[in-house]
Amino acid sequence: MRPVYAVSGGVSKFAKARPDKTFQPMVKEAYDYAIADLGLDFPTFTRLVDGSVASYFSDHFLRQLKAGAMVQDYLGLIPKPCHRVEGGGATGGLSFQEGWKSIASGHMDVCVVYGWETMSHVETWKGNEFIALASDVSWDYPVGGFYSGYYAMMVTRHMKEYGTTAEQMAHVSVKNHLNAYHNPYAQKRERYTIADVRNAPMVAWPLTRLDICVMSDGAAVTILASEDGLRKLEQAGARVPRPLVRVTGIGRGTDAMRMADRPHLDYDTFLRDYATEMERASDDTRAYYKRLWDHGTRYPGIHSFRAGRTAGNMAYKHAGIVDPIKDLSFIELHDAYTSSEIQTYEDMGLCRYGEGGPFAASGKAFMPGIDYRLKLPEKPVCPVNPSGGLIACGHPVGATGLMQGVFALWQIQSTIAKHFGDPALQVRDARKGAIHSHAGTGTFVTVSILEREA
Amino acid sequence: MTKLPDQRDESLGGYVVHGVPFPVETDPDALAFLKRMAPIQIEQPYQITYLHSYGQDSPWFAGAANKHLLATQEPDTGYTYATPRGHDMYSGRETNWIDITDRKANVHAFTVCHFGSEEFLPETPYVLALIEFEGVNTLFLTRLMGVDPQAASLDWIGMPVRPRFLRNSKLKPTDVYFVPAAG
Repeated sequence: MRPVYAVSGGVSKFAKARPDKTFQPMVKEAYDYAIADLGLDFPTFTRLVDGSVASYFSDHFLRQLKAGAMVQDYLGLIPKPCHRVEGGGATGGLSFQEGWKSIASGHMDVCVVYGWETMSHVETWKGNEFIALASDVSWDYPVGGFYSGYYAMMVTRHMKEYGTTAEQMAHVSVKNHLNAYHNPYAQKRERYTIADVRNAPMVAWPLTRLDICVMSDGAAVTILASEDGLRKLEQAGARVPRPLVRVTGIGRGTDAMRMADRPHLDYDTFLRDYATEMERASDDTRAYYKRLWDHGTRYPGIHSFRAGRTAGNMAYKHAGIVDPIKDLSFIELHDAYTSSEIQTYEDMGLCRYGEGGPFAASGKAFMPGIDYRLKLPEKPVCPVNPSGGLIACGHPVGATGLMQGVFALWQIQSTIAKHFGDPALQVRDARKGAIHSHAGTGTFVTVSILEREA
Repeated sequence: MTKLPDQRDESLGGYVVHGVPFPVETDPDALAFLKRMAPIQIEQPYQITYLHSYGQDSPWFAGAANKHLLATQEPDTGYTYATPRGHDMYSGRETNWIDITDRKANVHAFTVCHFGSEEFLPETPYVLALIEFEGVNTLFLTRLMGVDPQAASLDWIGMPVRPRFLRNSKLKPTDVYFVPAAG
């Protein structure tokens, strides 16, 4: 496999609705930004790019099939190769990795991955219905199909097993909304308190409206290149900041579509197949897990995402990461729900299974230098969702995982101040970051590692 | 005193408009002005009826219509699926039908939905629950009745429950629902 570099990116302003444009020029906003940030003009980039990946989730939201072909021609990319990727909420993360494969395999030297979603064309509750069609339409949807309901069931089990509290979840909401206060691309830039989150209208107990991401219209673009592609871009006048940002690891995992079908595995199987290297090597952690299992915990059940753990372990191995919380400078993860951010802390090995709630309220995942007006017992260690995540930025599904890729690129380039017009969210000395994209009730999950080249 | 919400609900279904504003003359200034127009938005109704087959899962629905709760089981290992699967995901073998109507059952997890997809909004608040059964390896998603949705409590997890069946089957998984066993 050849080295793959992330060289540029762009994000449209995420908004509740963008009736001013159809989806093609909305994608072009992000596309033009990415090209301009390279210092190239449209015809030059068009000449150099070898092909593309189109990232969008739902044909229902647009009522338009083959929408990828319409963006491909609007961007002037025909007759270059393109394929559409769809994988629910993980569509963007999967597409990013498909772009990576195109470069790593030698199939392309320069690949542009563009993604978008326009969710405003139907009313919110019809949108929830469309999203719920991404659950089994024989067995899950007809019972009351509603993704917030599915995630709420997961978290009631998490609370029962581990003592996780709604207030711990609310810490995630306060953090992500306040981070987004400094991100001009975010849909919701708000200062909330724990009380605000808990007093918001209840959607699916115990998740309130402020525990849940919103629907959005938006687009994002990342440009990936090989060493040869980089050379071609720079020979044509592109300005790619040094040190370079390389994508050093990718991982993916899957799980049963119906969360009811997920197994409840024993301790030995968990330790053998799913524990992180750190967990397996620690006497203390093995004993901790043994106690959990003695008290009835089984894995993954519905409280944990086996797909996320599998994706994380795979990406970490690929990128040589052993202790994620220390090795990673930041993580942009798929916080469609505050509860799923907590579940993902555990899947990604930032803490042990069962410790996600206290971890959320510890301060370790917060940004330094921002006053959250919370009493946090510990200092930031590895900021999670410094951009504001899905909860505050919005979740235009096909764009979301690519948005994470763009923000991660800017973090590692140390160009957040330039792109956001505000330095507050720049993670100091950001060397290595992870992006995490998640579909369904944890059916497809991707983790990709971006790293500053030495 | 209960306050009204501070925002009215939005809905589609607006006006029929005749006469769309447009410059009387298409001189250069008028044409340039077109880029400053607000977008035109129209409604596009979309309705479709699918002929959906339950395929290999069909006996489950026939069972529920006759007040039997069925599950499927791997013939050798006995691995049992509360939500039926035609083939076992570990051995790849075809499963057999078993009747679990009278098995001991408990709430494994739940939520109270105060909102929902458009189709289910009129039914809110409703309680979704995943049910675990004695001797069964996987769970079953259902509606839980006979509890107070305004008094949600983690204590509901572990509560013994029993199935009840609609008298007039709709041939949907909601033909069965669960209630507290003590009720």
